[in-house]
Amino acid sequence: MTYILKPKLHHPELPTNALGLTRRDYEGRISTLCAGCGHDSISAAIVQACFELDIAPHRLAKMSGIGCSSKTPDYFLGQSHGFNSVHGRMPSVLTGANLANRDLIYLGVSGDGDSASIGLGQFAHSIRRGVNMCYIVENNGVYGLTKGQFSATSDKGSKSKRGVENTESGIDLVALALQLGATYVGRSFSGDKAQLVPLIKGALSHHGPAVLDIVSPCVAFNNHAGSTKSFDYVRAHNEAVNRLDVILGRTPITADYEPGTVTEVTQHDGSKLRLRKLDDGYDATDLVGAMHYLQMHHAKGEVVTGLLYVDPDATDLHDRLGTTDVALNRLGTRELSPGAAALAKINAGLR
Amino acid sequence: MKATDTSSPDYFHKVVDCQYACPAHTPVPEYIRKIAAGQYADAYMINWKSNVFPGVLGRTCDRPCEPACRRGRVEEEPVAICRLKRVAADNKGDITARLPSIAPRNGKKIACVGAGPASMTVARDLAPLGYEVHVYDGEAKAGGFIRTQIPRFRLPEEVIDEEVGYITALGPVMRLGERVDSLKGLLAKDYDAIFVGCGAPRGRDLDIPGRQEGAGNIHIGIDWLSNVSFGHITRIGKRVIVLGGGNTAMDCCRTARRLGGQDVKVVVRSGFDEMKASPWEKEDAMHEDIPILNFLVPKEFLHKNGKLTGVVFEKVAPKYDDKGRRSLVPTGEPDQHIACDDVLVAVGQENAFPWIERDAGLDFDKWDMPVVSEKTMQSTNPKVFFGGDAAFGPKNIIWAVAHGHEAAVSIEKFLSGLDVEDRPPPDVDIDSQKMGIHEWSYDNNIANDLRYKVPLQDKSIALKSVKTEVELGFDSELGFKEAQRCLNCDVQTVFNAPACIECDACVDICPTDCITFTENGEESDLRQRLKAPALNLSQDIYVSDTLPTGRIMAKDEDVCLHCGLCAERCPTGAWDMQKTIINITHAGSTCRSR
Repeated sequence: MTYILKPKLHHPELPTNALGLTRRDYEGRISTLCAGCGHDSISAAIVQACFELDIAPHRLAKMSGIGCSSKTPDYFLGQSHGFNSVHGRMPSVLTGANLANRDLIYLGVSGDGDSASIGLGQFAHSIRRGVNMCYIVENNGVYGLTKGQFSATSDKGSKSKRGVENTESGIDLVALALQLGATYVGRSFSGDKAQLVPLIKGALSHHGPAVLDIVSPCVAFNNHAGSTKSFDYVRAHNEAVNRLDVILGRTPITADYEPGTVTEVTQHDGSKLRLRKLDDGYDATDLVGAMHYLQMHHAKGEVVTGLLYVDPDATDLHDRLGTTDVALNRLGTRELSPGAAALAKINAGLR
Repeated sequence: MKATDTSSPDYFHKVVDCQYACPAHTPVPEYIRKIAAGQYADAYMINWKSNVFPGVLGRTCDRPCEPACRRGRVEEEPVAICRLKRVAADNKGDITARLPSIAPRNGKKIACVGAGPASMTVARDLAPLGYEVHVYDGEAKAGGFIRTQIPRFRLPEEVIDEEVGYITALGPVMRLGERVDSLKGLLAKDYDAIFVGCGAPRGRDLDIPGRQEGAGNIHIGIDWLSNVSFGHITRIGKRVIVLGGGNTAMDCCRTARRLGGQDVKVVVRSGFDEMKASPWEKEDAMHEDIPILNFLVPKEFLHKNGKLTGVVFEKVAPKYDDKGRRSLVPTGEPDQHIACDDVLVAVGQENAFPWIERDAGLDFDKWDMPVVSEKTMQSTNPKVFFGGDAAFGPKNIIWAVAHGHEAAVSIEKFLSGLDVEDRPPPDVDIDSQKMGIHEWSYDNNIANDLRYKVPLQDKSIALKSVKTEVELGFDSELGFKEAQRCLNCDVQTVFNAPACIECDACVDICPTDCITFTENGEESDLRQRLKAPALNLSQDIYVSDTLPTGRIMAKDEDVCLHCGLCAERCPTGAWDMQKTIINITHAGSTCRSR
């Protein structure tokens, strides 16, 4: 682990965002993960995305479970709220927090063990319910913290560091999320920040359950020949369907693209997702098409990346339950204790 | 861009900005680390080897290293390199056992003209090698400019005596009190080589009306300063005007404050910001209640009954032509009259060589200066070498030392029958600093402290005597803290492309956004595409060979903190922190064999 403190000094030309903060203000403590871990790149991408979105650090809550991935919230957004929950239980804690205070932005950070094994049920139900969140799975296909056993997302036929072949089927979290009703689904690679940062920005500004499956090579236990989650494998088999630009409401749109190559999706908060197609036939608003495309390419051993599905008319748990518009901590005595008459009315409704 | 060739000694030398900027190329970070470790004698000897007068320079150097210091580009102020040097000098203890041993005489004789820093450097480099070096000077004590021009309140005489003493102990024949008044005469003696390090001894005068009539109270700055140094002058009038904006003017005005000057003013022709004096010298003067008035051109000395009464100045303003050249044009406002008792003229110095016969075999240029090679310090008479202010006009001590070293190498080569033009490369040592997985042999935690101020003597005490040293110097504790501000720029980030797996760990961790993995391109294009645009063109871009993804690693050296986090977070050891110790080759066997 690294004992050197990251110096406070920064590049003199470091830009500031609308809040007057620099990217460095969104950092956390120095990582204690192995040197070269893909997760650190994802942390850096989260930092960059939050900086670019002008998110006030105290308006974001980062939630995680257990595992290498779930340690990372310590390494970004040092001034945000955080909750490091029990193994696999991050989605429940996040759901509860979201119900109590719908005004915060919720960022769930999990791994393949936390989400696809012990927490698979929680993963599924938080998506089903439509919790407004950005759920990031830092997927390295291996139990790094316990020295390299296959995880539930390891592909069948892939090899461990010691050369043992995986005989069990891997869970495809993207396919699962699409089936479960996630309204923003993407896959990316920790080694491609140009793709990753806009995907995170889109997910953070999306209104509804947004799931990002990010392949993140484990340099210590899953970056060898025979692995399907290594830097080399993902680089060789990366099949990006589109490139995303997230356009904030106030940014004028100036770039010109050839007609037919760009799709624009306006999100709930007014932000625009501009998708530059890399695969002509791919339509990111077509759920069935997306599921089909994914399966087809998965069968060929390819890793499909990009914004795979987005529903611009997404709703969330609050919309469906008809909850109060404001965070519970902002409700006054009058709203919380409406008096005997209101109580009598409720009781009458239950008789 | 082509992949960077780090095997060229200049590449990494340039990264060590302070050392690169120093005329004598002193290995600054190395001695600063020694100071932090409390190894003052080691730190002193690194300096002594390179710049000969660490105690003197630690108080008076013009510090070309400090404006170059990388810390000044990532924070407000550079490391106080110069004053740290003094910490080493103040605390070193007895270093006589570390001085070089003296080789038996080799039968060759060299004459040095003047006993200033340039000549004394030549003597120090050559005397221990067995050369019989004769140092001539008209004064009774060696030191030249260091002794005569720099006021005692900046540089106590004991420091000069000590450091000149280390050189005289190496066996040069000190022929003090013998002024050389003929080069031909010297050439006629049996010297194998002659080094001219006699300085720039003539102060420029100001020939305006009233100069003759007021002569009794109008003094040439450098002459006046040396008269003060020798104790010939102990008083000056209450109201003093100092004309000129260089460091000599600053020494004049501060000295005047100590000799009875109560209302001392500095008046300069140009703007305050364009003055030649170092910013800290201007600060020191203003700290002693000396105002600096600018854009005033002296027009006339006023006098009454044969006595100076004041100076009339014309008010001017800067005007720039379309090529950006500045001229000073009168504003048309009424002239300003400043009353005074004495005037000190410090408007520049010029070299004068009345003692060099124009038929002595040396070419002189159109400004009547001897033609001297900047590379070898040799004149057109192969036996005669120049250095210090005598070579290219007034500079400063550290340049004189650098000239002395180069001239000593030339003399050594010349007397060994080797080609003087063939300069020896520096001695470069490069070593990994990695000791364990997370252990590095240098302190890579960057201190956030701002520059520490050197404690000063109380003004009321300081102004009482010209001999009371104003700066008290850093004590050990402050010295340690200031030393910790050094970024260790000599501990280089070295990249080994074949080991890189392009995981981005170094890009993510770098606190100053120095590292980018991107497609190659022309330098001007690449500089714009880096993670932070590389706008400082004086700093190189370190470019790797092409990596497996077809990209290259490009590192902007500009604001790298040398914290080692890239190497620390690299999973494959593609980055390593390697210390480069670069020593300029001085006269001796290595300068001949290389």
